[in-house]
Amino acid sequence: MLDDIVEQPILRTESLTKQVNTGEAQLTILQDINLQVKAGEAVAIIGASGSGKSTLLGLLAGLDLPTSGKVHLDNIDIFTLDEDSRAALRGKILGFVFQSFQLLPALTALENVMLPLELTAVAHAQSVAQKLLDRVGLKKRLHHYPKQLSGGEQQRVAIARAFATDPKLLLADEPTGNLDSATGIQIIELMFELNREHGTTLVLVTHDEALSQRCSRQIRLVDGKIAR
Amino acid sequence: MRVATVFNKSAYDFMNSNLKLSFRMLCRDWRAGELNVLILALVIAIGGLTTVAFFADRVELALSRESNQLLGADLLVISNQPLPQHYADIAAQLDLAVSSVTKFPSMISNSDSSLLTEIKAVTDGYPLRGYVHLMSEKPEKLLTESAIRLAGQIPQSGTIWVDEKVKMQLNLKKGDRVDVGATQLTVTEFIEREPDHSVGFINMNPRVMINAADLEATDLIQQGSRISYNLLIAGEVKKVQQFRRWAKTQLTKVQRIEGIRDARPEIKAALERAEKFLSLAALASVVLAAAAIALAVRRFTQRHLDACAVMRSLGASQDYLLYLYLNYFIILGVIASSLGCVIGFAAQEILAQWLTGIVDTALPWPSWLPALQGLLVGLVLLVGFALPPVLNLRSVPALRVLRRDIGLSNVHSITGYAIGLFALSLLFVWKAQDLKLGLYVVGGFIVAVAIFSGIGWILIKILAGLRHQAGGVWRYGLASIRRRAASSVLQAVALGLGLMALLVLTLIQDDLIADWHASLPPDAPNHFLVNVQGDQLQSLDEFFNQHNIEQPVMHPMVKGRLVKINGKKISLKDYADDLHAERHIRREFNLSWSNEVAADNAIIQGKWWNNGTTEAAISIEEGIAKTLRVRLGDELTYDIAGSHFSAKIASIRKVDWDSFRVNFFIVVQPGLLDNYPASYITSFYLPPRQTALIHDLVKTFPNILVVDVAVVINQVQQMIRQVSQAIEFVFIFTLLAGFSVLYAAIASTQDERIYEAAIFRALGAKKEQLSRAWATEFIILGGLAGLFASFGATLLGYVIGKYVLHLDYTFNPGIWLVGIAVGIMGVLVAGLVGTRSAVSSPPLLTLRKIG
Repeated sequence: MLDDIVEQPILRTESLTKQVNTGEAQLTILQDINLQVKAGEAVAIIGASGSGKSTLLGLLAGLDLPTSGKVHLDNIDIFTLDEDSRAALRGKILGFVFQSFQLLPALTALENVMLPLELTAVAHAQSVAQKLLDRVGLKKRLHHYPKQLSGGEQQRVAIARAFATDPKLLLADEPTGNLDSATGIQIIELMFELNREHGTTLVLVTHDEALSQRCSRQIRLVDGKIAR
Repeated sequence: MRVATVFNKSAYDFMNSNLKLSFRMLCRDWRAGELNVLILALVIAIGGLTTVAFFADRVELALSRESNQLLGADLLVISNQPLPQHYADIAAQLDLAVSSVTKFPSMISNSDSSLLTEIKAVTDGYPLRGYVHLMSEKPEKLLTESAIRLAGQIPQSGTIWVDEKVKMQLNLKKGDRVDVGATQLTVTEFIEREPDHSVGFINMNPRVMINAADLEATDLIQQGSRISYNLLIAGEVKKVQQFRRWAKTQLTKVQRIEGIRDARPEIKAALERAEKFLSLAALASVVLAAAAIALAVRRFTQRHLDACAVMRSLGASQDYLLYLYLNYFIILGVIASSLGCVIGFAAQEILAQWLTGIVDTALPWPSWLPALQGLLVGLVLLVGFALPPVLNLRSVPALRVLRRDIGLSNVHSITGYAIGLFALSLLFVWKAQDLKLGLYVVGGFIVAVAIFSGIGWILIKILAGLRHQAGGVWRYGLASIRRRAASSVLQAVALGLGLMALLVLTLIQDDLIADWHASLPPDAPNHFLVNVQGDQLQSLDEFFNQHNIEQPVMHPMVKGRLVKINGKKISLKDYADDLHAERHIRREFNLSWSNEVAADNAIIQGKWWNNGTTEAAISIEEGIAKTLRVRLGDELTYDIAGSHFSAKIASIRKVDWDSFRVNFFIVVQPGLLDNYPASYITSFYLPPRQTALIHDLVKTFPNILVVDVAVVINQVQQMIRQVSQAIEFVFIFTLLAGFSVLYAAIASTQDERIYEAAIFRALGAKKEQLSRAWATEFIILGGLAGLFASFGATLLGYVIGKYVLHLDYTFNPGIWLVGIAVGIMGVLVAGLVGTRSAVSSPPLLTLRKIG
C-alpha cells in the first residue's frame, strides 16, 4: 500500500527481549517482541498482570534498557543513544500518562504542566499550560498542589502535561487503574478526545478488554510474548 | 497474616509478641538496608564521642601523671607535725606507693664556712614520680646531657647530696665531709635538679638531701623547729582519688593535701583549659549526632508509613505501635551504640599509639566510663530524637492502605523533640562535668535551634515567593524547598548546627593553641633573680650588658606581714577553717609597686591609680582577695619591719599565672613604700647554652638567689605541645561527625529525589537539568546552614571563649564568609555526589515501584 511506503512506522521494535537476574535464575519478562505502530494509530497492549505490559511500555519509551533487541522511535534506534539523548528525544516526541499520575508534589497543577515545556525551553510555557488545563476542565485549579486534587483531577493534570509538548506518540499505562469506573470513563474520553485533536499516536497499556476495544488494534501479551 | 493474630492477647503475650515483632522488623529493615543512614549516623556519632571521651580520659590521666613529676608524687600529705601513721597505712592498704620527705632549714658547715640550707631527708622510693638528676663534677663545662644522669636510689645513710649553690659556696668536692647538726656526712653526689623543686619563693635556700635514717643523728628535729613533714603518695588514679577522699576526712588543722593542681597554678590553668576544650569537642559531636539522627529519621518515618497503615488496618492499637517502635529503637540503639563504642575504643587506641610515638609518654589505660556514656548518649539520642516523629506513625490513618497520598500532617513537630532535648541537656551537664560549660552548650543549642528555625522558616517562605520570577529548573529547586519547608528548615538547622559546632571548635582551637603558645613563647623567662639589693642594680645592669642579655625589668618589693583588715586585728582563728588562708597570714607578703598594670594582669574590679589618686591605694590579686575574704574598698594594714602601713583596695586584678613572669598578690601605689627597705626581683630568659653564666652571676653577687625554672617551663611547653596535638586529633573526629550530618541530610531526601529524577527523566529532562534543579536546592540549604552557623559560631565562640575558657576572643568577620562558603560548597558537593545515583538510575524501575 502507498501509505505503508510513505508513512514509516513511528514505533518499531526488533526482537526486543528483557531478562532479569533474580539471583537463582534468569527470568524472561519479554521475549522476542517485534511490533510496529504507524503514525496516527491507536494501539492497545493487553494482557494479564505480570504478562510484561508495563515493562514493554517502559522499553518503548527508553525508560529502561533491554537485554537485547532494538526500539526505533521516529526512525531513531534509541538504545544507540546515551541516556541524556534518549531523555531529550522523549521530551521532544513522547507524552506519558501513568496509572499513578506521577505528578511532582512540590509543584502546582500549572507548574506540573509547564515542566516538560520548560525542560525543552519552549516559549510561552505558561500560556500553553494554562490553555491545556482549561481544556481538561481545571481552569480554576491552576494553583493547587497535587495533594489538594482528587485522583481524577490529578490524572487530568497528568493528561494535560502529556499533551503539553504536542508529542507524536502518547504512551499510557493503565490510566484508569487508580480511578473509580465513572471517573475512569471520563478520563478515557478526555484522553481520546485530546488524542484526536492533537493527531497523536497512542499506545495504551491495559488489562481492560473493553477499553482496549476502543483502540484500532490490539496486541496481546502472554507470558512476555506476543500472542498470535 | 501473622501480624493479625498477635493484636488481641494478654498483656504478657502482648509485650512478648510485640518485642519479637520489633526484632523481626528490625532484622528485615536492616537486611533491606533501610537502617543504613540511621545506623551510620549513630555509629559515627557514638564512635566519635567515645573516641574523644576515651582519649580525653587517657590524655588527662597522662597529663596529670606527667605533671605530677613536678610534684614528685601524685599526692602529698603535708603537715608541720609528724604525720600519724594511719595515712601511710591506708595508702599501703590501697596498694599505693608511699615515701616520706622531711624538710627543714638548717645551717650546714665545713671547715671553711657555714651556710643556711634547706635539708631534705628522704626515705626509700623517693621520688615516686620523676627523677633526681645528678651532675658530674665539672661545673665550668657546659651542661651537656651526658654530664647529667638519673639517680637510681636515695642517698645512702651517712652521705649527703648537695645542690650547686651549696657546692659552690662551701667549695665542695665529692668525698668532703660536712657537719649537719650533730653529725657529719660525706658528700657523694651533686644534684642538678629534683622533681619537687619549688618554683615559689619560699624555699629558695640552697638544698641538700640526706637519708631519713640519719635524721635522728643530726639532732636537728627539735620542738619549735620549722619542719615540713611530707608523705608522698602515688599509684593508680582511682586509688589515689580514693585515698584523697578518705584523707580529706582525716585532716587536722595542721595537715593539708596537695595534688598537682593545688601546688602549681600555672599547670592547673593549662590542664583545665585542655580538659574543657576536649569535653567541648565531645559535646559538639553529641550535638552533631542529634542533628544527624533527626535528619536520618525522616526517611525512616516515610518508609514506615505504609507498614503502620497496614498494621492499623489489621487492627493494631496505637499502644501496640508505640511499644513496637520503642522496642525497635532500644534494640537498634544498643546495637549501634555498642558498635560505636567499639569503634571509638579502637580509634582512640590507634590515636594513643600515634601520640606516644611522638611524645614518649605511655598513656594509661582509659576508664570504662566513656563506654557507658556512649551507650547512654546513643540511646537518648535515638529514643529522644528518632522516636517522637516515629510516634506520629501510630496515628497514621488506616485509610492510607487505600489512598497512598494520605500521609501525616506533622512529621516534624518541634515540640516532639522537647523530651530529647531535655534528656540531652542532662547528659551534657553530666558529660561536661562542669555545670557552667554544659549549660552554655545546651542553652546555645536550644536558642540556636529556636532562632534558626524561625529565621529559616521566614527565609524559605520569602525564597519560595520568588519562584514565579525564576524560570525552569530554578523554579523547581525553589518549589522543592518550599514544599519541604518543614524538613528544609530542619535540614538547614541541623546542617547549621553541625557547621556551627565545627566553626566554634576551629575558632576556639586556633585561639586556644595560639594563646597557649603565646603565653609561653620559646624565650619565656626561665630564671628568676631574687634578693637583688638597690645598690646592686647598676652593677647587675653592667653584668647583663657584658653578656649581651636584654635588660630585664626590676620589680621592687618590700616584705610585710598582714596584721589588720579594716582596722581590725586579724587572728589565725578567723581563718582556722582555711589552711590556705592561714598559710598566707603566717607568711610575709611581698609588696611591690608599679605605675602600670603588668601586661599579663587584668583589672576585673575597681580602677588602677593615676596621678589624681590621693588616697593610699593597693591592688590585690583576685584569688588572694577571695582567700582573705576582702573586697574592694577594704583597708589592709601591713607590718613592715616594725612599722605599720595601711592602704585601701582600689582594684582587684586577674593574674595570668601561667605566664611565668614576676607577679605579685599585692601591688601598691608608687611612692608609698619609698621609706621601707626594698629588694628587687626579676625574671629573664637565659638560653640553655649560656647556663654557665649563672655561676659567674652567683660568684659576683653572692647574696642574689637564682631560681632556675627552665625545667618547669620545658615541662609546661611540652605539655602544651602535647595537648595541642591531642586537640587537633580529636577535632578530626568531630569533623567526621559533621560529615555524618551532611550525609544524613542528603540521604534523608534520597527517596523523593529518586522519584523526582524518574519523572524528570520520563519527561525528557537531561541529567544536567536535573542536577541544576537540585543544585538550586542545595545552594539554598547550604547558604542557610552557613548563615546560621556563622551567626551561632560568632556568638557561641564569644561566650565560651570569654566565660568558660577565659580567652580573649577577637571577633572575626571572616567567619561569615567562611561559614557561608563552606556551607554552600559542602552541601552542594555532598548533595550532588550523594544524588549521582538517583540521577542515573533507570526511571522505569522507580516509576513502577511507586506506581
